Amino acid sequence: MTTPDPPPARELLRTEGIRKTFPGVVALDGVDFDLRAGEVHVLLGENGAGKSTLIKVLSGTYRADAGRVLREGKAVRITGAEAAEKLGIGTIHQEFNLVPHLSIAENLFLGRQPRRFGLVDRKKMEADAKVLLERVGVTAPPRTPVGKLGIAGRQMVEIAKALSLRTRVLIMDEPTAVLTAEEVNRLFVIVRKLRAEGVGIVFITHHLEEIAAIGDRVTVLRDGRSVGQVSARAPQDELVRMMVGRSIEQQYPRETVQAEQAAASAAPLLRVTGLHKKGVFENIDFEVRAGEVVGIAGLVGAGRTEVVRAVFGADDYDAGRVEVAGKRLPGGDVWASHAAGLGLVPEDRKGQGLLPDASVAENLGLVTLREASRGGLVDRAGQRKAASRIADRLGVRMAGLDQHVRTLSGGNQQKVVIGKWLLANSRVLILDEPTRGIDVGAKVEIYQLINELTASGHAVLMISSDLPEVLGMSDRILVMSQGRIAGELTAREATQDAVMALAVGTSAPGTSEMEDSPRGH
Amino acid sequence: MAIDTQQPGHRLDKRPGGSGPPNRVRRVLEDNGALTALAVLVLVLSFWTGNFFTTTNLLNVGVQAAVTAILAFGVTFAIVSGGIDLSVGSVAAFSGVMLGWFTTTQGMPVFLGVVLAILSGTAAGLVNGILISYGKLPPFIATLAMLSAARGLAQVVSEGSPVVLPDSLTWIGKTMGEWLPVPVLVMIAMGLLAALVLNRTYSGRSMYAIGGNEEAAHLSGIRVRRQKLVIYTLVGTFAAIAGIVLASRLASAQPTAANGYELDAIAAVVIGGASLAGGVGKASGTLIGALILAVLRNGLNLLDVSAFWQQVVIGVVIALAVLLDTLRRRA
Repeated sequence: MTTPDPPPARELLRTEGIRKTFPGVVALDGVDFDLRAGEVHVLLGENGAGKSTLIKVLSGTYRADAGRVLREGKAVRITGAEAAEKLGIGTIHQEFNLVPHLSIAENLFLGRQPRRFGLVDRKKMEADAKVLLERVGVTAPPRTPVGKLGIAGRQMVEIAKALSLRTRVLIMDEPTAVLTAEEVNRLFVIVRKLRAEGVGIVFITHHLEEIAAIGDRVTVLRDGRSVGQVSARAPQDELVRMMVGRSIEQQYPRETVQAEQAAASAAPLLRVTGLHKKGVFENIDFEVRAGEVVGIAGLVGAGRTEVVRAVFGADDYDAGRVEVAGKRLPGGDVWASHAAGLGLVPEDRKGQGLLPDASVAENLGLVTLREASRGGLVDRAGQRKAASRIADRLGVRMAGLDQHVRTLSGGNQQKVVIGKWLLANSRVLILDEPTRGIDVGAKVEIYQLINELTASGHAVLMISSDLPEVLGMSDRILVMSQGRIAGELTAREATQDAVMALAVGTSAPGTSEMEDSPRGH
Repeated sequence: MAIDTQQPGHRLDKRPGGSGPPNRVRRVLEDNGALTALAVLVLVLSFWTGNFFTTTNLLNVGVQAAVTAILAFGVTFAIVSGGIDLSVGSVAAFSGVMLGWFTTTQGMPVFLGVVLAILSGTAAGLVNGILISYGKLPPFIATLAMLSAARGLAQVVSEGSPVVLPDSLTWIGKTMGEWLPVPVLVMIAMGLLAALVLNRTYSGRSMYAIGGNEEAAHLSGIRVRRQKLVIYTLVGTFAAIAGIVLASRLASAQPTAANGYELDAIAAVVIGGASLAGGVGKASGTLIGALILAVLRNGLNLLDVSAFWQQVVIGVVIALAVLLDTLRRRA
């Protein structure tokens, strides 16, 4: 359904001149925003533009230093999560607030279970849960432990929880970042339904193509200020221009043809033959040459991450061979992989890539810790110097080398993860979803870095669920499906349709990632 | 016994030298809650009781702090790496008993006895390390088991009664040049060693990395399992040295010695600003934590507070120290 020009609906929420500072940083510097009943209002901005801070002000995590929040025209003070709940403001954070071992029903009514004679009334709770789950299209029984649901299923439970709290303002922080294309479609169905019921939805996304599909209006934040409000039908390049304050001529700056020629003559830096792990992946053969970017596409759950982790030595495998520059790796030994010149930038940046509470310098020096040791003692001054050099080269935006990486923006965090491998002189870099959750400006910087690396003889193996990215940046694309390499495409013959056909190709209909039915044993 | 009833406030105003203290001192104190607490504690006790701030008593405090501090330096390694070691008190007693057994029962030379005693504690730590890194036991469980096993072994070896140490050993518990207590020297040496390990060695930096994010450390090529082995072995070595100091001070190795000291050691580490979640902690902080506990016990003794109330006060101080630190960090 296309949206007709929205009739002037009731205003649910308005912010005026919201300001919030942290020591040394102005996070919000005058944000004006408004939300009407029955609309999806997209909040757009680079990482570090202030979207998360604004959400935290609206959900009661932070208190604004200045400015007003009006709920249906009345000035309100959102002093905490409870106050936000009372005002009918619900937030679906990127990290869900669910207890994995408890059932769906228990999670939905956590802390406010229906009671009879002082005891929890399980029957009523599960019946109520069933009604809520039907509203969001989850078919799993209410007794299912939340931990057995996939990510999409958990997200729906969060939405159901918000609905049960009579939420009129639903804030969704990058809900599509972790979903497959099909799951996104199903999320959109639910969001449209809520919109029709008169809920106002604040929707955050980095995927520009989703804006026209789901949004009504867009407010763009830049450097903590609201810089403009446009219709969701505004062209993408206009949105990008508003976000970054400049236009990005070319989103994917890969010079494919040149790279192809260069790679054809080069020796393979990484060669994988017959890699097999029972029940996870099988018959994995591929190679990556110096100067080449090889993309791995596929649906979530196709086994892409599992393969690269095994190649890197983070996990064991049952059979097969991994060679770096002609030398066989022992398998299951990260140190040996590193010594051979292999580096991995894992998919979960905060959970696997960084020491969040350690400094930029320490994170950059992590891989080279042993090389920097002489007689058991680490040359910390030398490490610092090296860290400073690489941070300059990558253009990490930070207050200083001692800043904790937790407080960097996503793009800069990713540069730090890549940087530690560059310091270690890794010639083959495996990048698992390198631009997930990163803003457009930082994405282009990462792409340029990939180009620089391949130009100087590095090889890059890149997993990405972002089809335009995989098509735009790879010289060759491996498409994985159900633990196998379903096909290989060159940059020239690859199209979104061709990749998707391979990705879903062999799977029987109905067994693809249906996330709301319980998996597990 | 020696409660000085003069108004403390009056004298407090005068002593710290008017407008003198430079801002740097203030900043150091603000940055380090535990150090501030220690300074306040020392000041208050100095004015409250006449005989707190004397050389003899302060050295006495140092001796009282020494065993806890040495144990706590070791525990710092475990806590910084995101683990815990509950067995240090038992391992200390076990090492002390082994010292007595080697030197008295077996009549070995003192030097050899000390080395073998250190190796005994180190071996206990190594077993902890193997259980944790290769047996995949949670550190809490593995060291809880060792807490019981090492204590039992100490009883077995000593047949349940104290072993008198040869005279040539007890100098470790005494003073050098009539006034400098050897335990304090050992504490300082072990403190410097702990600081060196934490700040400058590959293993030390790995402790921070593993405690900060074990998966990230693993994916960065740090051999997490091997490092955990090193960590718990080191904790055992530190516990052994604490046990030797303790036995020498008492001139006999007692199988029941250092009972409950693991909790004091953990308290010292935490008061010193380390996080039980891992990734944070310093040797200097741990030293301050151990000193706070010792100063408090000593001061309460001087003030004639009963042993029962002392325990209450120490509990309150532990809670307060960590609470203040949490509040300060949140601000």
